[in-house]
Amino acid sequence: MTVLRIKNVSKSFGSLVANQDISLTLDKGEVLALLGENGAGKTTLMNILFGHYVADSGEIEVHGKQLPPGATDAAIAAGVGMVHQHFTLADNLTVLDNIILGTQPLTSWRINTTEAKQRLSRLAEDYGIHVEPDKLVADLSVGERQRVEIMKVLYRDARILILDEPTAVLTPQETDQLFKTLSFMVEHGLSIIFISHKLHEILRISNRVTVLRRGQIVGEIATGDADRDILAEMMVGHKVSRPQVKHLTPGAAVIELKNISVEGKRGHKTLLDNVNLRVNSHEIVGLAGVAGNGQAALGNLLSGLQTPSAGTVCFKGEPLTDFSTRRFVKMGIARIPEDRHAVGVVGDMTIWENIINENLREKPLWRFGFLINDKACRKFAAKLIQGFDIRCKNMGMPTKQLSGGNMQKLILARTLQNNPKFILANQPVRGLDEGAIAAVHERLLAAKRKGSGILLISEDLDELLALADKIVVIYHGMLSQPLPVQGISARDIGTMMAGNLGHAATLDKGRSA
Amino acid sequence: MRLELREETNFWLVFLAPIVAIAIALIIASGLIIWTGKPVGEAYFYLLKGAFGSGFAWTETLARATPLILTGLAAAVAFRARFWNIGGEGQLYCGALAATWLGTGMVTLPPVLMIPFLFTAGALAGGLALLLPVYLKTKLKVDEVVTTLLLNFIILLFVNYLLEGPLKDPMSLGWPQAMPIIDQGLLPKLVEKSRLHFGLIVGIASAVMVWVLMRFTIWGYEIRAVGHNPEAAAFAGISINRTVLRVALISGGLAGFAGITEVAGLKGYLTLDLSPGFGYAGIAVAMLANLRPLGVIVSAIFLAGIYVGADTMSRAVNIPNYIADVIVAASVLSVLVSLMLTQYRVRLR
Amino acid sequence: MDILDLFLHAGFWAATLRIACPLIFGTLGELICERAGVLNLGIEGIMTMGAMSGWIWVYKGGDLWTGLLFAAFVGALFGLIHSIFVVYLGLSQHVSGIGITMLASALSFFTFRMLLPSSTTPPKIVPFQPVSIPILSDLPFVGEVFFSQTPMTYLALAIVPLVIYILYRTPLGLAVRMAGENPMALEAQGINVLSIRTGAVMLGSALMAVGGAYLTMSAFDAFYFGMINGRGWICVALVIFASWRPGKALIGALLFAGIDAFQVRAQLSSSAKIPYQFFLMLPYVLSILAMVVMARRARYPKALLTPFRRGERT
Repeated sequence: MTVLRIKNVSKSFGSLVANQDISLTLDKGEVLALLGENGAGKTTLMNILFGHYVADSGEIEVHGKQLPPGATDAAIAAGVGMVHQHFTLADNLTVLDNIILGTQPLTSWRINTTEAKQRLSRLAEDYGIHVEPDKLVADLSVGERQRVEIMKVLYRDARILILDEPTAVLTPQETDQLFKTLSFMVEHGLSIIFISHKLHEILRISNRVTVLRRGQIVGEIATGDADRDILAEMMVGHKVSRPQVKHLTPGAAVIELKNISVEGKRGHKTLLDNVNLRVNSHEIVGLAGVAGNGQAALGNLLSGLQTPSAGTVCFKGEPLTDFSTRRFVKMGIARIPEDRHAVGVVGDMTIWENIINENLREKPLWRFGFLINDKACRKFAAKLIQGFDIRCKNMGMPTKQLSGGNMQKLILARTLQNNPKFILANQPVRGLDEGAIAAVHERLLAAKRKGSGILLISEDLDELLALADKIVVIYHGMLSQPLPVQGISARDIGTMMAGNLGHAATLDKGRSA
Repeated sequence: MRLELREETNFWLVFLAPIVAIAIALIIASGLIIWTGKPVGEAYFYLLKGAFGSGFAWTETLARATPLILTGLAAAVAFRARFWNIGGEGQLYCGALAATWLGTGMVTLPPVLMIPFLFTAGALAGGLALLLPVYLKTKLKVDEVVTTLLLNFIILLFVNYLLEGPLKDPMSLGWPQAMPIIDQGLLPKLVEKSRLHFGLIVGIASAVMVWVLMRFTIWGYEIRAVGHNPEAAAFAGISINRTVLRVALISGGLAGFAGITEVAGLKGYLTLDLSPGFGYAGIAVAMLANLRPLGVIVSAIFLAGIYVGADTMSRAVNIPNYIADVIVAASVLSVLVSLMLTQYRVRLR
Repeated sequence: MDILDLFLHAGFWAATLRIACPLIFGTLGELICERAGVLNLGIEGIMTMGAMSGWIWVYKGGDLWTGLLFAAFVGALFGLIHSIFVVYLGLSQHVSGIGITMLASALSFFTFRMLLPSSTTPPKIVPFQPVSIPILSDLPFVGEVFFSQTPMTYLALAIVPLVIYILYRTPLGLAVRMAGENPMALEAQGINVLSIRTGAVMLGSALMAVGGAYLTMSAFDAFYFGMINGRGWICVALVIFASWRPGKALIGALLFAGIDAFQVRAQLSSSAKIPYQFFLMLPYVLSILAMVVMARRARYPKALLTPFRRGERT
């Protein structure tokens, strides 16, 4: 029985076509995987289905009835529920508040909490998901937050569940748990649309796979007939070749953290707890961990934005005393920020202005100590735009108009141009498509060959396992001991990400034995 | 209906935006004139005549524009860095106080030295008035809008106290008024027998300086970067606190200049009605100019014309001259929308 | 007068309550706007507008209660303008708010001058009169302070628990709070963020206007041009002081008014050693201090100042 029918949906944003003439159906009790690269249009399509966006053309039928466009309330009423990739929760409110929001009429004079709590415990029994209604969302872990999101959807009696990249922030073990819940739901007759670009997960959970590429459906296949290579080729459009990673003999330490601690703001927990870490030249160290376990503090520390409350940081053997971004840039520490839009570039300034922004006070970009030398800057920018293959109409256009991949190339160009000794790469490929990912990875590997030491922070275990020479895991601000990447599995890392940092020692012992 | 980001900004649209905004403001004001039962055409005729209709009108308008250029620049520089300095009024009075304190006999220099000396002192005083808000913003994250606004009241009361106490001119027959600025400190007139004075040159020169600062210097680059995206600026190695402090000193200094031009150029002595809200009107000037320093000159002259012309209109057809404030306020709001439409396009459906 | 005497004097406490009322209305109004994620710097102008429009309604022959409603309506109208700018169009909340203040003040003065062209002595209306609540007003001290006030004062005191109840105990209040914390969560649950924010801003602005009207219709009987005199900005500071909680806003307003009432009396009794201007500065200085004290502790609505544009890619 078909529960959902999407017919000829198209949507464009300005000149960018996000969805072009897309049609698909979903059956009762089915798990449909929507596979595609970042930017292929999966999320846009689901946002149209859920009523966040209005399609330019096309229509959507749920249970045979047409959905009015652009009305989330109508979609919810028709039994569609969506778990967004970026959780839509308010930190300062309780779990219960977050769940019951919108479930009781706005004209009602009282929030009925007792009834809501009863309903929650009933749902918890039915689906095996447990949430604590009176806790503040701010105090929950990422996995718990996702459970709240799922509970929100179940609470509203959703029959069609959309999950947008639900595993991106989970450990492998948490993913197992999620998949268990999903099968439970399917047994209860729910239908699921599962958005992902992780092939092995899609192969595990789905019944059918629809592949999107550049806003169009390029293929559909029953999961039973698919394997990794088929799916990968369908998704990217050509055979995917991973960059060759060569293990090099590590050189001297470029950066060394010794007993580093970073205290949180008043009333918050310690962000980094007595951390030791060493990155050598010719080496990529991968940092794994569930989001929110101290990666941000470590990233800030190594960007020059955060002064440690205890311990020392040595750069090329010299202890650092002055923690400032300008100082870090000057010394030759390259930094790729986690959020390229918010932190990496000033979107309203031009491309050339963003390219020079770390080298402002260097000759020949300035004159007489205070004037900017436009000509020299443009020449400098032009060289990097060419060298790093940044595709743009002209360097005078606002940087916010660049695609994610080109924006990241801009940041790489600016930060890698003078052969830095140490590179902090914080989620360098998040949200990029395969072409851009390959380009970024190639740059990082080239820098490693030239002698840079790189700390790669990522939530994508596959990326870490493919690129890094050593892996360390962060949990609650503490670091595991580093492990050589050979011979460890995603599952091992997952165990450590869940808090069992001591697992590293066991693994190490096992190896030497 | 929805808004869609334009991929390219059209230069002419940016140019047109303030003109459209003013037109909208005038249409709104027309509604009010009609409400008063007076003929709209005649009213605007008198407004135009009073503002630009004669040589005398021009000198009056330009004299009124002088402080507006300076407070407009003060707002424009600050807003560029997203430092919401709404305290132009208070900083103006600080500048005027400095001139009064030093220029009424305490220091005597020949005019070539005395006038620059007074301007320097005024700028310093205006800048100092922002030190507290900057400190509270950068160290304690206290919103500068409210602190600068509240400081206006505090400064005005302080001026009031000084004018009734220590700085009071004993010859003023009971009026709260300070001693006159000594002759060496008075700004020369630009046109004989008019009120137009050297301050206008200072205003225009300041606008050019600010333009150079914003467009060609590293400080200007840093100010723009901090204004657009402080996080990215900090990440790239720009010190936000230092930039904000710099902006505040420049902004307060410019507003302080306006105090000097009024005390030493127009009035000759400090009174409590030295500024009929020039500090607040500066915000309108800056917004109409889309925060562009050279545009500030044009928009200041235009708004000054409205103020001067409204007085004539008020006398001729008996419409309350508060209509000028309505026009100015309405143009602030409408320019916000018209500037947005230079970046977004409206799509129906 | 001895300081102790002052605090034992019921008149002092009654005056405190009167001074607090416009602040209570204004602060609650601003608080509702900010809880929904919108900073409303139009408050100073909207209070002026409320003071003028309520007063003129009564002066032109309307009765007091409809005058109050009229003031609230005009306030809501300016709230709507602010909403169109910052909620629907996503423009700078700072600049729009200042613009609203400029426009509302200018329009108030223009209208007042137009309707009353020649007035050397400001004309007066008969404002709300104190209503003694039977029995309770006979209580010593407490009766004089709390139960012999004008109806608007009772209204101010009644509105605090009402706002608390709505904000924390009703689905609507939850939606308003969510609009200030994470508007996307509202949208994802099928509630229109723009409507919620607009509604909150209009309601808040209506309260601000009523706060202004309190001055012309209850505390005094005439409209003066400099009447609001920064009270709106003080309310903005009080919201921060109250850490965005209505109960604390009431305490803040009372505390503030108490110091103000004390200041007036101290000014009268001080033997001219301290110039009166310094007493008049006190409210503004205190406002800044209040923000400084609470700045670190304040838990501001996370989506304050963040526009929400529907259906836009982020």
